[in-house]
Amino acid sequence: MTGQGVVWLGSPPFPKAAREALKNDQLRANLKRATTTIRDKRLAVASELDDWEALRESAAAIKRRTARHLDRYLLQLEESVTVAGGTVHWAADAAEANRIVTELVRATGEREVVKIKSMATQEIGLNEHLAEAGITAYETDLAELIVQLGDDRPSHILVPAIHKNRGEIRDLFTAEMGSWGRPAPDGLTDEPAALAEAARQHLREKFLRAKVAVSGANFACAETGTVVVVESEGNGRMCLTLPETLITVMGIEKVVPTWSDLEVFLQLLPRSSTGERMNPYTSTWTGTTEGDGPSAFHLVLLDNGRTDTLADTVGRQALACIRCSACLNVCPVYERTGGHAYGSVYPGPIGAVLTPQLVGVETAASLPFASTLCGACYDACPVKINIPEVLTHLRAEVVEAKGRSAEALAMKAAGVVLDSPRLLGAAQKAAALGGRVLSRDGRIGRLPGPLHGWSDSRDTPAPATESFRTWWRKNKENGESR
Amino acid sequence: MRIALFITCFNDTMFPGTGRAVVDVLERLGHTVDFPQEQTCCGQMHFNTGYRPDAVPLVDRFARVFGEYDAVVTPSASCAGMVRENHPVLAEEHSSARLQADVAQLVPRVHEFTEFLVDVLGVSDVGAAFPHRVAYHPTCHSLRGLRLGDRPQRLLKAVKDLDLVDIPAADSCCGFGGTFAVKNADTSTAMLADKMRSVLDSGADVLCAADNSCLLHIGGGLSRQGSAVRTMHLAEILAATEGGPR
Ligand code: SF4
Repeated sequence: MTGQGVVWLGSPPFPKAAREALKNDQLRANLKRATTTIRDKRLAVASELDDWEALRESAAAIKRRTARHLDRYLLQLEESVTVAGGTVHWAADAAEANRIVTELVRATGEREVVKIKSMATQEIGLNEHLAEAGITAYETDLAELIVQLGDDRPSHILVPAIHKNRGEIRDLFTAEMGSWGRPAPDGLTDEPAALAEAARQHLREKFLRAKVAVSGANFACAETGTVVVVESEGNGRMCLTLPETLITVMGIEKVVPTWSDLEVFLQLLPRSSTGERMNPYTSTWTGTTEGDGPSAFHLVLLDNGRTDTLADTVGRQALACIRCSACLNVCPVYERTGGHAYGSVYPGPIGAVLTPQLVGVETAASLPFASTLCGACYDACPVKINIPEVLTHLRAEVVEAKGRSAEALAMKAAGVVLDSPRLLGAAQKAAALGGRVLSRDGRIGRLPGPLHGWSDSRDTPAPATESFRTWWRKNKENGESR
Repeated sequence: MRIALFITCFNDTMFPGTGRAVVDVLERLGHTVDFPQEQTCCGQMHFNTGYRPDAVPLVDRFARVFGEYDAVVTPSASCAGMVRENHPVLAEEHSSARLQADVAQLVPRVHEFTEFLVDVLGVSDVGAAFPHRVAYHPTCHSLRGLRLGDRPQRLLKAVKDLDLVDIPAADSCCGFGGTFAVKNADTSTAMLADKMRSVLDSGADVLCAADNSCLLHIGGGLSRQGSAVRTMHLAEILAATEGGPR
């Protein structure tokens, strides 16, 4: 089984989940404010670089080349990490990755770990799995902490708690921090500085106590075995330096061939994700170093559906994603529905193409349709993933997997009519007649059948009484043209 | 130059006035337009909804019907985009080397209407007059698909007595998206609500675009609200003349 853990069990299909989310005006206001701010910042800092387009092209080229020889680069990475004193583990799926990490933590004799924000561990549901094994995982990224305290789900790749506002966070800190460690100070306000300080105090005791840290990886360099994490709060850095054991879980697509390839991505990522010129904290580590940082380093290479995705020549470009979230922040659908509606660890446009590939299209069949194909995501993506192209490609796979359906029959019938000018002409006459029956003042209010979703909020003009082709035949075709 | 009009199945049925307007403008500029009667549809609905094999006969028909023309002009940015972007893909995926070659030959000769006026004919003033306050909605397919840039605005600015106004957040999608408006009707409606607010904020009497499909959606919403703002294809504005009916 591939792609375990990527989708949340029991999530309704996108249209239904979106309908619920749309009722939440507070959520829409929070999202609109947050995404508009980041979007404007991103545009401003991207336009500062006159080689932005060239950078995007090189990033896409590096990713394409790496994907073509992924096996080779992964073996090279394994060797470099091993030579540098680390240990590499291969995990075919989520279950295997969870088992490996659990055993590694058990071997240390510890019952708790601190975590750096990581999509890969979200994807495999590591925290829940560790909890079942009696090990507590503490999230240290502020937004992840908010999600964890709220027993909530992340709704954005970069800002998992983007759906919450300050007031909601203050209430959550006051109610929940005490049961996870140091409680929130009395009389906590919803000032950002006060909230950040409460989180700092709460996390501090965990950093100082933890012997084991778990991280993800933004990149790993095959040539040197160096793992890279970028973050903006500095909490990750605490996790990377204080503990004795460091376990990194990384999707196999995160490898880059050489150190100099990183230069391209470290320019693109912060600008695309937070609209900053440079990342506040960029941490790199290579195996272990005597007397400096963790004395044991484990790298878990996670497949979980990625090799299958790689086999799809159109869809594989989704693996180039560097998880910057630019596509989420510009997506008009995401802006209205929020991330939870996607029912997956990966929301937004990239989620709509990555999730169905990791878990199989049948399991996330509504996601490729959760887009207007407006193309804003493709324009924003720093690695030039043609998300609309992958969406329509996956739609065809969904249709094929579903086989015969009412829609398929209707499409077949429409295809037959549209392949015949004579049948099309007859259909136009019928439509004009039907339009006259249904319309008042030339406009139709309610449409029958599956089209009611359209007509609930829109009038439709009645089809013209005379089609263009009829008009042409009557007025223009005097034998001078064919 | 032998110019063919590709009206599109949607305009043919719902908005024949747009086709008449294209013919008017091109004839006024001294060109003769052909309308090959065997034409039907570009296959966009099938392609975008996942029914690719059903679109292949339409690609084949398109290549046969229009193959002999020097230029194919269409008043639909999304259909022009479909032909240019996806006909080659479909020809390669599902069909013969002959169709691939035919499509490759034809694609560079297919133009969206404003592109054709500005790039091929080299005109931006088509001699129109339209005394109204007009907003232009850049549909996603014209903005990010075809990258029409400011061609439509250049044409509109040259129209006599026309007052061109901006829509706030003009480049955000209106929420139509073809079958998206039916499959994800609630999300589509939420996007439409924001777009309608922008249109009303602009103070325009007329909203125009290079695609009637998005206008059908926005205009349908405005009509449901009882708004007096009219939606018109940009070609109809360019066809309007002093003393004419509009
Ligand atoms: S798909 Fe592109 S824009 Fe979206 S998160 Fe990934 S890299 Fe960023």
